[in-house]
Amino acid sequence: MGWRRCKTSTPKPETVLRTMDLQIPAPLPAPARLPIWRPVALREALGDRPWLVAAALALCALVVLPIAAVLSNMFYASNGTILHLAKTILPEILLNTIGLLLLVGVGVAAIGTGCAWLVTMYRFPASRVLAWLLLLPLAMPAYIIGYAYTDFLAFAGPLQSAVRGWFGWGRNDYWFPNIQSLWGVSLMLTLVLYPYVYFLARSAFLDQSPTALDVARTLGHGGRDRFLKIALPLARPSIAAGLALALMEALADLGTVQYFGINTFTTAIYRTWFGMGDRVAAGQLASALLLFVAALVVIEQAARRRSRFHRTSARDITIRQIRLSGMPAWTATAACSLPVILGFILPVLILIGLHREGGDDLFGPRFLALAWNTFALAGFAALVVTATGLFVAYALRLARSDTLRTLLRFSTFGYALPGTVIAVGILVSLGAADQMLDSSSRALFGVSTGLLLSGTVMALLFAYLVRFLAVAAGGLEAGFGRIPASMDQVARTLGCSSGEVMRRVHLPLLRRPLMTAAILVFVDVLKELPATLIIRPFNFDTLAVRVYQLASDERLAQASTGALVIVAIGLVSVGVLAGIVKGTSRRGS
Amino acid sequence: MPKFILNRRALLGGTAGTIASLAAPPVLRAQEKVVNLYSSRHYDTDERLYADFAIETGIKVNRVEAQPDALLERMKAEGANSPADVFISVDAGRLERAREMGLLQPLNSTAINGTVPASLRDPEGHWFGFSSRARVIMYNKDKVAAADIATYEDLADPKWKGRVLTRSSSHTYTQSLVGSILAALGEAKTEAWCRGLVANFARAPKGGDTDQIRGVAAGEGDVCLANTYYLGNMIRKNAAQDASVIAKIGVVFPNQAGRGTHVNIAGGGIAASSKNREHARRFLEYLVTPGAQTYFAQGNDEFPVVAGAPLPKTIAALGSFKIDSLNAAIFAKNNGEALKIMDRAGWK
Repeated sequence: MGWRRCKTSTPKPETVLRTMDLQIPAPLPAPARLPIWRPVALREALGDRPWLVAAALALCALVVLPIAAVLSNMFYASNGTILHLAKTILPEILLNTIGLLLLVGVGVAAIGTGCAWLVTMYRFPASRVLAWLLLLPLAMPAYIIGYAYTDFLAFAGPLQSAVRGWFGWGRNDYWFPNIQSLWGVSLMLTLVLYPYVYFLARSAFLDQSPTALDVARTLGHGGRDRFLKIALPLARPSIAAGLALALMEALADLGTVQYFGINTFTTAIYRTWFGMGDRVAAGQLASALLLFVAALVVIEQAARRRSRFHRTSARDITIRQIRLSGMPAWTATAACSLPVILGFILPVLILIGLHREGGDDLFGPRFLALAWNTFALAGFAALVVTATGLFVAYALRLARSDTLRTLLRFSTFGYALPGTVIAVGILVSLGAADQMLDSSSRALFGVSTGLLLSGTVMALLFAYLVRFLAVAAGGLEAGFGRIPASMDQVARTLGCSSGEVMRRVHLPLLRRPLMTAAILVFVDVLKELPATLIIRPFNFDTLAVRVYQLASDERLAQASTGALVIVAIGLVSVGVLAGIVKGTSRRGS
Repeated sequence: MPKFILNRRALLGGTAGTIASLAAPPVLRAQEKVVNLYSSRHYDTDERLYADFAIETGIKVNRVEAQPDALLERMKAEGANSPADVFISVDAGRLERAREMGLLQPLNSTAINGTVPASLRDPEGHWFGFSSRARVIMYNKDKVAAADIATYEDLADPKWKGRVLTRSSSHTYTQSLVGSILAALGEAKTEAWCRGLVANFARAPKGGDTDQIRGVAAGEGDVCLANTYYLGNMIRKNAAQDASVIAKIGVVFPNQAGRGTHVNIAGGGIAASSKNREHARRFLEYLVTPGAQTYFAQGNDEFPVVAGAPLPKTIAALGSFKIDSLNAAIFAKNNGEALKIMDRAGWK
């Protein structure tokens, strides 16, 4: 719609670009430059659009503040706690954390990419419905699925009790897979996190030029070749972005691993901080965690530095799906149903069972208020975070400033920090800002301002920005990356201002990544707990808070009601998301 | 399509309105009498308690409920301008930490000092307990006789090899229990006890107290450590699933012949930055009145701290018991050391 207006004044982008190569060789790598704060270096850092870049830098710096607050603990001396940890639990938590990352990484990459490829490229029974259903586990908070499965599969749960009852077995008479193990917790996290990869991979596959795949097909390449040699490398930035999100969230998870008794880096941070009361050592552990994440990001980016991919056609051509039949068709159906059944249908059934057993006593009008708070907060946060992500990603595209790129990368690490840790970093930053405002107001006007930021919804929105900028920025950067720079240049030579380029070229092309980012943030805020819990204003409850209060008090049956409502709201928004994808993919045909 | 846009706009407008109305801090808006709680308690019965208090005194209770350590960080970050009047925690360790961080001020109320036993109060009056939870040994009646086990120390006896269930050492209930044992036995003996206990585990520690109780009933282990409060909760909820669990579980109050059973408290104190000190005092004193004590016992299965207040119906049958008279401030201070001992002993 948006660029139909553009058509009158500019030639169709694809007519210009049709002859372009799929892969544009990157310019020779520039010599590494460290930003030094000399006037010249400053000008270089700000690029040729100083105001835009300066604003983007300021935004990123704001988001980085809480992370820096956590990192600042690195420079304090800890009183031997780290040494104690190194001698006792550190080897175990390192092994567990690495194991978790490997298992979840392989799991989400395989399920996410595999299912996205199948539903995008092939037609098989229920493939269209499955394309939508595969997103559903996104609506399921990880700790809820963990509680639900444990309740069902644990030694004292209904399944094992029934098995023991049938055969008259005792505790050492049989073997049953232990759900509360590293494998179990990895499975739980994989089941709720694969949609990140699935969604971004599917968007990328849909955005890819079908002509390339058709050419490969006419040259005699089979489905596997087309996938491995063309689609996968082209979708790699998106898959990497999804994988990074999933792994960061797995690293930050506390609720599930703690309940399963699997000690990871995150549980160690909490033990050190809460149990031993050593916030310095806890901050140092968190810093180590961040360094680890930074290393992963750097390695991934270095690995794909040499190639930059753009799609060659801006026209949304519907991919001609290949119709499967017989055995392959049913195998595909089964493969794509399994994640949905395990990640959504089964846990929802368990939750419904729990709800019927004894749901929340407060279910009723009170829940409407909770649902509204949750919905409004998530909606507003989605807007704010997506808009910020778009602005920063756009500034980066225009200016190609290394300083901005580094700062943006750094600002997204908030996603990998355990929720309460980053929440405290946010509290510290807000508190410092408030006290600065207060003392300067006292000095200047002799009036105390009190707390202007702390304990407000504004503070909460800032917290969501810090936590979820990664979600929005990752997808949008990948989205911008698929638009060739030459398209901007063409538009500019045809007389568009940079704002017009944004409005008339980028926005229409970014519609899908934008909506994806907004809804991912929406669903994430829906489920978000630690920051909401501690930063919220007085008497402000959300559904996730209600669920946490009951679940943390081991009233799982009662907690199931709120969890089901969260899932229902998530379901609706995922439905909207799927509708958007469908809408945009049809629009061009 | 246009209709959808209209709806979307209306929706966003509404959202913005809600957010804007919430953006102003309530403390600035309110001219009414209030007391602001930063609390890590979040029981539904508490809301009725707060409502009762508001009716009785005309003081409205505002609350932020979150994890205790995060609340302390928030109070610290907000500094002298913090709206917090009262800090409430369900663990003595956090109350003591609040005092150490300078976030509480002494209360010294005769109403409280006259009714709450000295072992459940900070000697300097910064905080006090208004209800307590006993950490007891629960056993499977089919497999264990009550006489088989009498003390926490007994759990390390090799005869329990492969039969003991506990939750993780990360949890504050575990830390405060081991903190109390540390005060009674000293470091070396406590570590030996932990090692013995770890050797007796039926499985790696996991889950919550309720999971330990269900595990014992189902035969995953034969004995476990748990708070009475969770059993009371199960009895009151009376779910069909738990009927057989409740029937199978027996309770031993440990160390009755010696120092007594370890209890932790739910307690509170006045924030150092409080602007409504008088309201805060009235609120805290209200918590030790018979009406409030009944809420804790009957609504939430906690033990009252005031002598003569009725015991929770669900667990009254267990009878009264001797409480470890160690001051809560001491086991609270021992938390960190206790955790290090458990780390060394391999208690995950």
